[in-house]
Amino acid sequence: MDSTDKKKILISPVTRIEGHAKITLQLDDQGNVEDAFFHVNEFRGFEKFCEGRMFTEMPIITPRICGICPVSHSIASVKACEMIQGIQPTYTGDLLRRLIHLGQNISSHALSFFHLSSPDFLLGYDSDPVKRNIIGLAENHKEIAVSGIRLRKFGQEISERITGKKIHISGIAPGGMAYPLTEENRLALLAWIPEAKKTVKLGLDIIKKFMDENREMVESFAISPTLYLGLVGPNGEHEIYDGNLRFIDTDGTILEDQLNPAKYLDVIAERSVEWSYLKYPYYKPFGFDKGFYRVGPLARLNVASKMKTPEAQKEFENFKSINSGKPVHGTFYFHYTRLIEALGSVEEAEIILNDPEITSDKIQTLGRWNNPVGIGCSEAPRGTLFHHYITDDTGKLTKVNLLIATGQNNPSMNRSVLEVAKQYIKGTDIKEGMINRVESTIRCYDPCLSCSTHAIGKMPMVIEMKDRNGNLLKTFQRSY
Amino acid sequence: MAKKKIATVWLGGCSGCHMSLLDIDERILDVAALADIVKCPIVDGKDLPEVDITLVEGSVTSDEHFHEILHIRKQSKAVVALGDCAVMTNITGMRNYFNLKDVVDTAYVNAISNDKEGTIPNHPALLKLNEKVVPLQEVIDVDFVIPGCPPDADTIFYVLFEFLNDRIPNLSDVKKLKYG
Repeated sequence: MDSTDKKKILISPVTRIEGHAKITLQLDDQGNVEDAFFHVNEFRGFEKFCEGRMFTEMPIITPRICGICPVSHSIASVKACEMIQGIQPTYTGDLLRRLIHLGQNISSHALSFFHLSSPDFLLGYDSDPVKRNIIGLAENHKEIAVSGIRLRKFGQEISERITGKKIHISGIAPGGMAYPLTEENRLALLAWIPEAKKTVKLGLDIIKKFMDENREMVESFAISPTLYLGLVGPNGEHEIYDGNLRFIDTDGTILEDQLNPAKYLDVIAERSVEWSYLKYPYYKPFGFDKGFYRVGPLARLNVASKMKTPEAQKEFENFKSINSGKPVHGTFYFHYTRLIEALGSVEEAEIILNDPEITSDKIQTLGRWNNPVGIGCSEAPRGTLFHHYITDDTGKLTKVNLLIATGQNNPSMNRSVLEVAKQYIKGTDIKEGMINRVESTIRCYDPCLSCSTHAIGKMPMVIEMKDRNGNLLKTFQRSY
Repeated sequence: MAKKKIATVWLGGCSGCHMSLLDIDERILDVAALADIVKCPIVDGKDLPEVDITLVEGSVTSDEHFHEILHIRKQSKAVVALGDCAVMTNITGMRNYFNLKDVVDTAYVNAISNDKEGTIPNHPALLKLNEKVVPLQEVIDVDFVIPGCPPDADTIFYVLFEFLNDRIPNLSDVKKLKYG
């Protein structure tokens, strides 16, 4: 395909200033969208600069990959360290880590839903972009905005009450935890549970009402089938902290089950592409072209046989009925599944906070270097995350490989953008709401790369359409 | 008093500082009462209005960041370096010990999960990485610095609130003020 004779649209959101994502839409001669390129515009080089450092530094360094899911990095990292050391965490240490991880899942999902996405549902995709954010939401729906802010606060407070810090905490250590949970803090966290549950249910009401009223959009919004990957527990139950890998195909047939994450290289490969700093992972047995798979809340609920807690299970059954038990492919359902997970996370946090061992001081086992290789895995809010370390016999890292959750959704995000752009953008007459829909496709996946600054602001952007000689035909600019 | 304008920008960093900003929780509405959060500038000129304060997270790692930070300086009465990456490059600057080609090749050519058919990212829409990562003050004059990885939410709120009330914040009294 000769791209030089095609018209191109470049969507450069705030992300340009965030430095993190852009979209190029390529038009054919009739002005229809022909292809889309999702550019992830960020690279920091962790895999290189960690070389030569001690493996025990990794649980402190790697959370700095992401300010939204730092706990998942810590968890994957300490698991890799524990494999190198050949040790297991204590019961209480493990439970505390699980609790902190649930907290992060709650706060991250709250951010995605209430701060970033609910303004679209409550104010409208075509509403004034200046107001289409959490602050604009507070003007019209103050109670909902404040509830969402407080749900996120609850998740963050779990980390703070155990480790003294909300983001980039220290204390998650190989062998368990470095800090215990005090009785006073346990009670303070437990007191949050009813409010947190109520807010998640409020979110579920909002999304279900929106889905009912916009059935046609929901059912047609980036619906191409993919494979799915997620961790599951020993009985196939939904799991975000521990467990083994399960891959399913587009019909729900299980391709891999109870696969130890340490064998991830048997099933996953990735390819670097010219147009993005984010690589394109794929399911190895199916190859690059057919091996599209997705991770994250939608994937985890598609692969799981059941939830672990009663109220989440009830919603899960409702979700499963959407496609008669088969995988649900509609990208919009990421929102719904995210809230079902948030509900399960609040319920599980309550169970853990009531465990008599949670305030025990037996929080850490110790070990030295024993094995050269460590592979750790956790389910970040956005999907399955792998840390792979190779060390020399002094414990120094000689090779590091990180397979990040958002990366695995990259090929599908690219395709979803194309599908939605084809559906909503025709020719050069572009309305702001159309662009918002294209962006909202990406928001469904809640990728780390577009998160934080969108949280409180709008996304001004420029779309440029160019002819074959690179001359500007038309500029579309979202106004302030 | 006219409502002030604030912008926040994320350069080469992890977004943790912005998350810490969100950790001011309900107080974001207090900030919104005093100022319009004119979220973030498109670099090319007219779109970023003149603002009173810009909080900048992250280091300068690329050509795009370099132009952005110059533009932000021009448009902002006060530029605040938010967090360790902006102040002294922190983790983002750890790649400075290696040459850039090695860093890029490690991810895009030699990673153990890579297949053999990939290509190193190189596209007009992508930023061009600089050989070395630098903190903000190597490129522009910075008016105020908040250290921390990330800075504590209370500190961020205090600084914002003081600026919005036309006072210079005094960090010597702030708890939890530290690098890392």
